Amino acid sequence: MTVILNTGCGNLNSVRFALERLGQTVEMTADKATILSAERVIFPGVGSAEYAMEQLRQSGLDTLLPELSQPVLGICLGMQLLTDSSTETTETVTKTLSLIPGQTEALSNEGVRLPHMGWNQLQTISDHPLFHGITQEDFFYFVHGYGVKPSEYTIATCEYGQAFSAAIAKQNMMGVQFHPERSGLSGEKILRNFLEISA
Amino acid sequence: MLAKRIIPCLDVKDGQVVKGVRFRDHKIVGDILELAERYVEEGADELVFYDITASSDRRVVDKSWVEQVAKVLNIPFCVAGGIKTVDDAATLLAMGADKISINSPALADPGFIRTLVNTFGQQCIVVGIDSYFDIETQQYQVYQYTGDPSKTQKTRWLTQDWVQEVQTLGAGEIVLNCMNQDGVRKGYDLAQLSAIRTSCKIPLIASGGAGAMQDFADVFRNTDVDGALAASVFHSGQIAIPQLKSFLSQQSIQVRP
Repeated sequence: MTVILNTGCGNLNSVRFALERLGQTVEMTADKATILSAERVIFPGVGSAEYAMEQLRQSGLDTLLPELSQPVLGICLGMQLLTDSSTETTETVTKTLSLIPGQTEALSNEGVRLPHMGWNQLQTISDHPLFHGITQEDFFYFVHGYGVKPSEYTIATCEYGQAFSAAIAKQNMMGVQFHPERSGLSGEKILRNFLEISA
Repeated sequence: MLAKRIIPCLDVKDGQVVKGVRFRDHKIVGDILELAERYVEEGADELVFYDITASSDRRVVDKSWVEQVAKVLNIPFCVAGGIKTVDDAATLLAMGADKISINSPALADPGFIRTLVNTFGQQCIVVGIDSYFDIETQQYQVYQYTGDPSKTQKTRWLTQDWVQEVQTLGAGEIVLNCMNQDGVRKGYDLAQLSAIRTSCKIPLIASGGAGAMQDFADVFRNTDVDGALAASVFHSGQIAIPQLKSFLSQQSIQVRP
């Protein structure tokens, strides 16, 4: 069974419906035993990193996530929270989960409008199984003002005034900056690929 | 490259999709789910559902269909109309709406925009602006309660000032509905959209006036808006989205096929 972490923030239903369209049985929960026994875990989130981290601490999910050995897919803010830190403003740095090395920083607005909102293509795509069958022709739906710079953990990049990680991965931890649940057939392909990845 | 978005708008009244000319004399053009699914198949990039009676009738948007829509759509959608409280917004977002759009309530209390942004994040807060070119004063003026002609009224805001204020309050996107053009299908208001574009640093969506495929090419080429919204030309079948997209693509305007 696939579990969607009930992080207490963001639009959880759209992820659930996307998986149900693929014929999956899905549970949305913050219950530790259920999460630990799940085949795979989806970690969605929108909004501010600071608020989301607070929610995770309150439900104890911040200490549970590092224990997971099954495939985990962070979506949008969920992906960003997998990195080491998030710079919400120039003054505040929020410490995040440190499950995939990297920092989440504000995108530069030089020559582009923020937030980066809409359908964009990928610049580089690795052979990571999450991107099986995906090409540079595919479009994905992005909505974000923060991003993770490309690094050795980047498995796909996107270009919007600057290159940033469209997806990152380290072992069982994966994250996508775009919203596969709202990215039409291309997004469905990503979700199907995730469902085929085993621990 | 970020694609220009084609956004059909489904005006909803009593659970049905309607679209009037100049907001009057509504006629029913279809079932919500039926239209939504048709647009996904055709390649719409996003959908807007707008309850046109909600604000002026002082009742909240009928929400029962939002979850049904979220179940069938694999593209983003926005719900507009009658969202007056944080709870209204929370309910719609929890049901699966990706964005919510506010108009009259933002004019009544501009701080509401900031409250929503702080609660849900900038990415899902859209502000709709109904703008009318006043020939006497030669200025663009913001109107409210445009869902009902008997309640429609001019506000104290010039459009350019309100656009500035909305950005300062943290909104993630603006839909600019150019009322002089709405429903007459003579093209988008290029002069106004160009003027607003220069001061609008967040995504800007053009609304009002689409009548032909060339109108979409003109608005993207001349005003650099991020998306173009239209209703009747799509609902009537006069413009089919796949043809529109290949037309735009041939003119080197980046769209998602």
